[in-house]
Amino acid sequence: MDDSELIRFLASIVLAATPLIIAVCGETITERSGVVNLSLDGTMLMAAMLGFIVALETNNVWLGFLAGAGIGAFFALIVAFGNIRLGASMVAVGFVLTLLGDDLSAFLGQNYTRIPGPSIIRGSIPILKDIPILGPIFFDQDIVVYFSFVLVGVTWYFLNRTQPGLHLRSAGERPEAAFARGVHVNHVRYLYTIVGGALVGIAGASYSLNVKIGWAEGATRGLGWIALAIVIFGGWSPIGGAMGALLFAATRSLVTVLQKSYPEVPATVFLALPWILMIAVLVLAGSGSLQRLVTFLPRSVQPAMSRILRVQPPAALGTTFEEN
Amino acid sequence: MKFRQSPSIGWTLTRQQALLWAWPIVPVIAALLFTAGLLVIFDTSPAVAVQAMYQGAMGEASNRLSVVAFWVPLMLASTGLLVTFRAGLWNIGIEGQIILGAIGASWVALRIDAPAPILIAIELIVAMAAGAIWALFVALLKTRGHVHEIFGGLALNSLAVILTNYLISGPWQPAEGGSFRGTAPFPDKALLPLLSESRFAPLSLLFAMVAFALVVIALRGTFWGLKLKALGKNAYSSFLLGVSSKREIILAMMFCGALAGLGGAVRTLSWFDSLRQSISGGIGFTALLVVMLANYNMWLVPFIALFFSGVLQGGITLQLRTQLHSSLGGILTGVMVLFVLLFSDPRKLGITDTKMVSDHGPPEVRGQPLDPFGRDIPEGD
Repeated sequence: MDDSELIRFLASIVLAATPLIIAVCGETITERSGVVNLSLDGTMLMAAMLGFIVALETNNVWLGFLAGAGIGAFFALIVAFGNIRLGASMVAVGFVLTLLGDDLSAFLGQNYTRIPGPSIIRGSIPILKDIPILGPIFFDQDIVVYFSFVLVGVTWYFLNRTQPGLHLRSAGERPEAAFARGVHVNHVRYLYTIVGGALVGIAGASYSLNVKIGWAEGATRGLGWIALAIVIFGGWSPIGGAMGALLFAATRSLVTVLQKSYPEVPATVFLALPWILMIAVLVLAGSGSLQRLVTFLPRSVQPAMSRILRVQPPAALGTTFEEN
Repeated sequence: MKFRQSPSIGWTLTRQQALLWAWPIVPVIAALLFTAGLLVIFDTSPAVAVQAMYQGAMGEASNRLSVVAFWVPLMLASTGLLVTFRAGLWNIGIEGQIILGAIGASWVALRIDAPAPILIAIELIVAMAAGAIWALFVALLKTRGHVHEIFGGLALNSLAVILTNYLISGPWQPAEGGSFRGTAPFPDKALLPLLSESRFAPLSLLFAMVAFALVVIALRGTFWGLKLKALGKNAYSSFLLGVSSKREIILAMMFCGALAGLGGAVRTLSWFDSLRQSISGGIGFTALLVVMLANYNMWLVPFIALFFSGVLQGGITLQLRTQLHSSLGGILTGVMVLFVLLFSDPRKLGITDTKMVSDHGPPEVRGQPLDPFGRDIPEGD
């Protein structure tokens, strides 16, 4: 593998990580407000299917993304409304929506499988693409990839440095206290569950419109669950989540390379690796060993690192708040 | 939560009460309308679809036997889930436990030679053990590894599918080779005796009934059932009362895994005659829907499972007749459960004029926080 080949390989990892990064940001926003949207896997399938069909029929990629965001927001609305207004279990509704999204996307997309369609045109960013090594890897992609970079930064800034972000976090940590301070906890939860769901929908559409163009039954199956696991691994931080998504995409790409290098090892062994990695990563996050590693770093960066590696779920995650 | 009842005079049924009484049927009808709408979008008359599905599920004796043959493993899995749901566990990993049961039974069928009754007994025992061990992994990941059972179960589901594909395309490949769909058929003596020309083994019906009876007795009438209920309602309080939560979580999961494994053995030894790629056919996820729809009323489980089995079998006939995707059956069951979860209480929808007493209370947080690390299990035992 020479240099340009390696750079192309790394660029393909960045592209493959894009849907995961967007979905992880969306679910992080949702969970920080205290709501668990477990429907990610079904939502992404629906959005991938609908986004592709709409883009194909209208010959407009942006309408495809809009449709993906719409269906994502709608599924998220069902979870939020079901829990906040109707008192249904978030986990139960989310899980049923996952199964339903899988079946519905297979049914509704049955006449659109494996046909070519529109995709986003690649376009490099003028000055940034000339940075050696990093330029071709990160800035010679398409606009959705750049959107995912911006999204991570914006989400982090919004959550940690703005007042609405503080309200969002307070709804997920201490809803009673937030309510006493005048935050409409359930309005906040509705809003950010829908925003998070729309982002998950964009993530699903980005899979069928720029990662692997086209629709096939079960195209993104499993990706939503992996995104949910990465939210945990990333410690409910968009930056940690983006790192986790890149790490995951890198491992997956590495596996395909290894597979070519070692044809004598059964291919199924390599297929098992992402799942083993997911479990390993969750065990690692749950055991707190990542935080213990922080103590080996220089003292000056310790607080920042431990904030990034914060693996404490929002304290009110998954509870229902009754404003009465 | 309490509700203020609207006053009723004597024995006359008020409009309100009639509405409340008839309400459970509303989400079901809504789900049927939704599915009919989908059919109309795809230019298929719902009447034709209903007829095709009815034919597929009930048309001839062979169809009815297929529905029962599908119902048995579904029932075994649902019965197992009654135990884990009672303990407050989301055993999503049941799909993998079914597959491991099938793999265990197949291993015995391919590798061990014994007279028929002994061979079948060994197959079933190994299948139950394999399912229980797969469930034990999920339980240990939760109790020791701080991984929520939903994630542990999902990963192990995928690993079970990968293991099946590896066995089919590798060590257990049929001698003639080439096929990625399944192993070679097992010898007749390794299979459950079938009712003439069907995929239904009467013996398996006995397993399902005995398992269901045992679980009903265990949950209703034993101290273990009470402990599981306490654990499911409030893990911390039950810990204070001396219930070893870790031990009960492991036991409940393994019990469910064993029943799921038995279901997998029934699939491979009577529905099929070999280990196939799609050995479970989504039975584990369907069972989760069945138990969610039954919502703690365990007597409803056999009937819902039978209905779902009929719908899914009918969906296959629908596909053959109309070329529509067979996922329609899954859509109908999924939408039905979703609507029941959302709309089972008409009072929450503001349709009746009964007001909730708690409408004027202080704000409150309800429900236990979800801890994806499973650290909500009380330590110390």
